[in-house]
Amino acid sequence: MFRVAVVRFPGSNCDFDTLRSARRAGAEAYLVWHRETRLQNPDAVILPGGFSYGDYLRSGAIARFSPVMAAVQRFAQDGGPVLGICNGFQILCEAGLLPGALMRNSRLSFVSRPVQLRVEQTETAFTNRYRPGQLLTLPLAHGEGRFVADPETLRRLEENARVVVRYVDPDGGPLREEINGSLHDIAGIANEAGNVVGLMPHPDRSADPALGNTDGMGFFTSMLAWRSAVPAAS
Amino acid sequence: MTKTRYRIHVRVVPRAGLLDPQGQAVEHALTALGFSDAANVRVGKAIELDLEASSPEAAKQRARQMCDRLLANPVTEDYLVEVEA
Repeated sequence: MFRVAVVRFPGSNCDFDTLRSARRAGAEAYLVWHRETRLQNPDAVILPGGFSYGDYLRSGAIARFSPVMAAVQRFAQDGGPVLGICNGFQILCEAGLLPGALMRNSRLSFVSRPVQLRVEQTETAFTNRYRPGQLLTLPLAHGEGRFVADPETLRRLEENARVVVRYVDPDGGPLREEINGSLHDIAGIANEAGNVVGLMPHPDRSADPALGNTDGMGFFTSMLAWRSAVPAAS
Repeated sequence: MTKTRYRIHVRVVPRAGLLDPQGQAVEHALTALGFSDAANVRVGKAIELDLEASSPEAAKQRARQMCDRLLANPVTEDYLVEVEA
């Protein structure tokens, strides 16, 4: 059975939503405490949302040095699928597994509402079940989600089509009113190999029909469908 | 070599050129209070710590390593280290 390790940090609060969504997609999902040094043979790893270490210093800055992160780094470098959702995305950026950083929202307010997204890249471990250009509605809940990167990094992300999801207006066109001030309206990105993906919106909160929206389910079914060299043990 | 205890002051500020919404909000508030002579407000953070080192230079070098590793994000922030004897 496809095994998914959901890493729990002190302050994670979307760990159960994530666990549930992965199980709904057909995976055997289990929690791994951040003090662990082994991931117990996963086929994929997910860093869930929340406020690890109370967002002290910077979001994700302290969690990124948790003992479990060395194993996550190795797993990602060996081609294993790794997804970071919200705080998980912030941790991946702090860890250098994804480029750029997430800063305080441009209007300083915590944004908590459903937003419209366009799937820009489907050749990743977590979006291969979507259609290119597909529009999704996913919940957003963060105070520090403004994606920034230096101009050169941004240019490379765009040129190599590593922007995975972008904020768009409800009609699918470019945002007329900014949501958090992200450069190029970037909501999520991938690494070059497409096995590491991070995004600020919450697919884990939109993968259950009981919640009235299953647009996020594709992120979980995609990881089960992803064919790539997964490390035998870690 | 004997080691001396130094007090380290680290200032971390958002990199120039990056949008600093906190700095903007503070600037607007200052202007509203009549301090319209204030400009280019940036809001960062101050971190203080004690450090045992063989010299002020060594202390500074060590503190800079801490900044590069954890205290500042090289993508978004600049830092300044001061050593108090």
